[in-house]
Amino acid sequence: MFTAQQYVKAASLEEAYALNQKKSSAVLGGGCWMKMGKRRIGALIDLSGLGLDTIEETGESFVLGAMVTLRQLETDARLKEAFGSGFADMTRHIVGVQFRNCATLGGSLYSRFGFSDVLTWLLALDCDVELAGAGVMPLAQYAAMPYDRDILARVIVRKTGRKAVYESFRNTETDIPVLTCAASSLEGNLRLVIGGRPMRALAVEGLSLSNPMETIIEKAQSLPFGSNMRASAEYRRHLAGVLAKRAVNRLREVE
Amino acid sequence: MQITVNINGRNYTEDVAPDLVLLDFLRAHGCYSVKRGCETSNCGLCTVHLDGKPVLSCSVLAVRADGKSVTTLEGLQKEAEEFGGFLADEGGEQCGFCSPGFIMNVLAMVKELENPTEQEIQEYLAGNLCRCTGYQSQLRAIKKYLAWKQEGSK
Repeated sequence: MFTAQQYVKAASLEEAYALNQKKSSAVLGGGCWMKMGKRRIGALIDLSGLGLDTIEETGESFVLGAMVTLRQLETDARLKEAFGSGFADMTRHIVGVQFRNCATLGGSLYSRFGFSDVLTWLLALDCDVELAGAGVMPLAQYAAMPYDRDILARVIVRKTGRKAVYESFRNTETDIPVLTCAASSLEGNLRLVIGGRPMRALAVEGLSLSNPMETIIEKAQSLPFGSNMRASAEYRRHLAGVLAKRAVNRLREVE
Repeated sequence: MQITVNINGRNYTEDVAPDLVLLDFLRAHGCYSVKRGCETSNCGLCTVHLDGKPVLSCSVLAVRADGKSVTTLEGLQKEAEEFGGFLADEGGEQCGFCSPGFIMNVLAMVKELENPTEQEIQEYLAGNLCRCTGYQSQLRAIKKYLAWKQEGSK
């Protein structure tokens, strides 16, 4: 468990950002991951008073606040209507309902875990992130950046008409995934995102939904894979082909 | 920091440390049904309802519960007794350590889902680990409890 000297419920994003420039500060998400560390935190910054716990739909996009819980993403009817079952598919195996009522979008995405279902899925859509300091940037750029002291405020999912599906593989239910895979298509162009390699999720572009399945599988397997206690690199490479095939087959059905 | 939390219908106002988790706050106020099973946000034994939603009280900070209502098993004695009867009848309870958190999540599920399928039940309760009786007896108990509740509402 971490320790914290001070708890600050931020009154504005600016205040949170300024406080977070100190190395001893930390931003509190759901706390589910942070509690497993032993950090000695000075100021614990809480964003829960800033109205960032809502999913708002505009004409062009969905604006997801950083404090939206994984459970909200899972059960929101508008997200289901716009993106099919993907938001539910990528969250439903994450620990349990109680965990998902705590864990936040911001905490998951800021952490950019290699095993992140959330990062894998959102990289398959057309997303920007809004940061308190750096402003708006594409999610793919944020996903590749090293950790810094900025604060993730919102995720903007643009409504481009892109279709997407989600697949993951776990050694046992509720565990961290061994491999994650999202596939999406827009005007026939296919994007594959593979995470849990176990490094951060990466997108493979330059594919078409009409490519032969062998080509798609080969591309998915050409990413770098690594070994850890859950699986070997070789097994992950094999899984990447299997999940890519499943995802693309499903995508061809919904297209 | 000073917080006011409503626990099972009664307000408590006091100063708490910023890193105190809700679980310890609740146990300090006599809610001994709330158990710490795993320390890794995984087992579901510490489940309580925060403003009606099931959460892991081992991961929620007490400061986050400020101005909110918490319900533990102590506050749901009637429902716990009803469901507990079905659990015992099916042999779904042995050491009993995981039962309070499990029952709290079952009661949350009953409120949230209407006529859940077996798969929906399993998915909703996947985050509640039990290491002695097995999940089949729990599943039988839930199905019979749901059927009994439906009978009663007719």
